[in-house]
Amino acid sequence: MTKNYDDIDAKLINHLQNGFPICDLPYLDVANELGLTESDILERLKKLLENGTLTRFGALYHAEKMGGALTLAAIKVPQSDFENVTEIVNSFPEVAHNYARNHALNMWFVVATETLEQLTKTLADIEQQTGLTVFNMPKINEYFVGLKLEA
Amino acid sequence: MDFDEIDLKIMRATQVGLPLVSQPYHAVAEQLNLPVEIVMARFEAMQKSGVIRRIGVVPNHYKLGYQFNGMTVWNVQDEMIDEFGNKIGGLPFVSHCYHRPRHPPNWNYNLFAMVHGKSQEEVNQQIEQITLLLGEFNLGNEVLYSTRILKKTGFRSRNE
Repeated sequence: MTKNYDDIDAKLINHLQNGFPICDLPYLDVANELGLTESDILERLKKLLENGTLTRFGALYHAEKMGGALTLAAIKVPQSDFENVTEIVNSFPEVAHNYARNHALNMWFVVATETLEQLTKTLADIEQQTGLTVFNMPKINEYFVGLKLEA
Repeated sequence: MDFDEIDLKIMRATQVGLPLVSQPYHAVAEQLNLPVEIVMARFEAMQKSGVIRRIGVVPNHYKLGYQFNGMTVWNVQDEMIDEFGNKIGGLPFVSHCYHRPRHPPNWNYNLFAMVHGKSQEEVNQQIEQITLLLGEFNLGNEVLYSTRILKKTGFRSRNE
């Protein structure tokens, strides 16, 4: 895969995996720390989001701590029906991520809602619309969430 | 911890991202018709309480060259799982580590650890390390690779 970013972008990506200031001029703060200009930071972030090097920039919320509900679910999708089921599952705004994986359970997605009732309903709706069993795997315990991937 | 209506408004306004303007917190405040001091104080408080895990970027693993992202899954004796979950979660190449329910016979694994590498060899070595760590308490394991990202967004609510 060709790289969509240069060394300065890499520095910015690595820096912003460690946090972002809460202040009047946060981009200027970051720019000063990295020896760049504020407009350079803004342009680079915009470009990196547009070309998909970054999937998100902003606050990463912990759904359960906001009273929200989150789960990982998997479906065994017949290969011939894969595109159709993908379309159905992705059509739910509650589905945040969806991955195809090399297993009999070949579709894995994360569902996030503001309440447990919405979560239960979303999973039921997906089952109803796809006609397939949804294996619900909500976390029982979280041992670690983090990791910075060096660009 | 109290997560109130103001926090909820801020979350809804920013769950897709922070504005890319010189004063992003002012922009959020203006959009929500709140004083900027309140908005910044709420961000601080939510970060402190863990409601916000962090503010920053989320890279696409693949675009950074991490093309081997394995969801390693393990069947660990229930009474041992917390001990090993904490150990495995502490490994430097593990990004997420959770205890999740089994669904026999379709799914027999209860410990999930996401690992990331730039080559298959690197990931194989990571799996070997976890295997050694679990020893006799590993009742079976597999690794699932994503073959395609079908969707990836921040989560958002119906009420946006």
